[in-house]
Amino acid sequence: MTDIRRDGPANRACDVLIVGGGLAGLTLAAALGGAGVDTILVDRESADARLLDTFDGRTTAVAFGTKRIVEAAGLWAHVPAAATGAILDIRVTDERSPLFLHYDHREVGDEPFGWIVENRTLRRAAFARLAQLQTVAHLAPAEVTDLARTATRVRATLGDGTTVDARLVVGADGRHSTVRRWAGIGTSGWAYAQTAIVCTIDHEYPHHGVALEHFLPPGPFAVLPMAGNRASVVWTERRRDAQAVLAMPEERFLLELRRRAGDWLGRVRTVGPKFAYPLSLLHADAYAADRVALVSEAAHAMHPIAGQGLNVGLRDVAALAEVIVDAHRLGLDPGGADALARYERWRRPDTLMLLAVTDGLNRLFANRIAPLKLARDVGLAVVNRTPPLKRFLMRSAMGTTGDLPRLARGEAL
Amino acid sequence: MTPTTTVDPAEVERFARIAAGWWDPKGEFRPLHKLNPLRLAWLRDTICARTGRDPNAPRPLDGLAILDVGCGGGLVSEPLARMGAVVTGLDAEAETIRIAAAHAAAEGVGVDYRAGRIEDLPERRYDAVVAMEVVEHVADLDLFVAHCAARLAPGGTFLFSTLNRTPKSLALGIVAAEWILRWVPRGTHDWRKFRRPSEMAASLRRAGLRIGGTTGVVYDPFADRFRLSARDMDVNWMGWASG
Repeated sequence: MTDIRRDGPANRACDVLIVGGGLAGLTLAAALGGAGVDTILVDRESADARLLDTFDGRTTAVAFGTKRIVEAAGLWAHVPAAATGAILDIRVTDERSPLFLHYDHREVGDEPFGWIVENRTLRRAAFARLAQLQTVAHLAPAEVTDLARTATRVRATLGDGTTVDARLVVGADGRHSTVRRWAGIGTSGWAYAQTAIVCTIDHEYPHHGVALEHFLPPGPFAVLPMAGNRASVVWTERRRDAQAVLAMPEERFLLELRRRAGDWLGRVRTVGPKFAYPLSLLHADAYAADRVALVSEAAHAMHPIAGQGLNVGLRDVAALAEVIVDAHRLGLDPGGADALARYERWRRPDTLMLLAVTDGLNRLFANRIAPLKLARDVGLAVVNRTPPLKRFLMRSAMGTTGDLPRLARGEAL
Repeated sequence: MTPTTTVDPAEVERFARIAAGWWDPKGEFRPLHKLNPLRLAWLRDTICARTGRDPNAPRPLDGLAILDVGCGGGLVSEPLARMGAVVTGLDAEAETIRIAAAHAAAEGVGVDYRAGRIEDLPERRYDAVVAMEVVEHVADLDLFVAHCAARLAPGGTFLFSTLNRTPKSLALGIVAAEWILRWVPRGTHDWRKFRRPSEMAASLRRAGLRIGGTTGVVYDPFADRFRLSARDMDVNWMGWASG
């Protein structure tokens, strides 16, 4: 990146401007740039790789289908295999119930269900990939302070006065998306009375790639295998109780953790800070507007009960990349109404259904009502004994069902 | 009356009235915008196959000289230029050419736009001559095709799209598109001038060209998209020919 301050604010132009440097924005930039689309990525956080030297405690669950997308975009090649924890087994149980659901990856092939990767590893991989692409400018740290429409472009003004003219601006800027607000796209949704507490643990015994999901009355509790003897814990707590859990001294916290996770990992201690995420459901009224598209959490946020949030977000990225690249290859306007309508039709109904399913699951499991508990236990057992249904659910979780974009099928754009 | 020109003055005037809407994807040319990705992909893939190029390359038509006859507002010329071709856009209507040129300038795309008739174009040969939705508007098909053929460089390709003259195209192309759905302004098409594949083949033969391939184009109302169909050439169809 050139130092733009030296000669005053610069004026730049590109086909696609991506706002937001999370995994969705980074992957989209890599996918588009790799296909020859002139792309500028505005990233609020620094692109200085040295800042990633210490683990900040944040991890990402990359489902099998998501990995294909990240791989096809050229990022996964920069993720060292030793830095990923493969999920080989998923064990789902209801509170103190003898009936449980056991997903073994061998039932649907040789591939793991997914991988748990530190965010900094993914970010570093993205930096490495973007640095290889002359078609991508990664502006970081940078922030969009103003957006305006001209007849055939969107003009973004950055904090340092730089202006960027783009045919399309993509909001990959999270659930409080500035791009979404600027485009006047409303949202609907609600907050859950739940907070997800996320942390990383070191443990004594190997996890053997087992991911554990317990449905407890306050919400799902999950232990996800990272590289080595480490695991990522996602602990859903009633919102009013979350602060108390976060404030617990280490000894007490670990005791509560063991009560939920069991003893199978031996001695346990936390690594890095704990994070608290209030859970909410959010759905944008539209995924696209005139010269604007929204992806990932800017378009939708869902309950993490099925671990689908990122999976769905990256599916948006793959679909949008395909729509943009198809138009670009034909010399058409990548921000044109037809391309955006195709994206909207492709992604919105799909996601709406998943939002309903995850919301329903949470309502079904996060309670102690006896008939419901019986019904869900029987349901889990039925699913466990119905191989076709079970395989379908497993493939859904892996992100390999539905009308898949080329990237999600592991193909080139 | 025996026309001695390819241009029908009544047709030219009809398009001039609606010229300003060319680049509005929701305007009067909405069906062309809808059809555009499909016909551009077909043009690109056909020309690439003929010239041994990779259609997925960043500029697949790089350096090819293409004449777009009846280019209108430039809906095909501009994308072809972005795909790397050196494009001459020709239209009989000066007002339309003015709009096309202004749009290309605003987009920073280089297209050599000219108002006039193909017979008046300076002597020059092209790797491809493209006539999309044109042959059903010209006054003398044989004359028009002969002029297009005369502009082809050795090994060059003539590519065209048109509407077939069938009961179905009368129902869909005129009654449905113009009168019911109002997709295109009434009077845009004269069904009697729609071209049957056999008539095109005969005209091309008289101009010394052979049809190399044809495809039907069908509208899928559920997906609201056009797609290629090998079987159904009853309404919209496209084809290419070479010497």
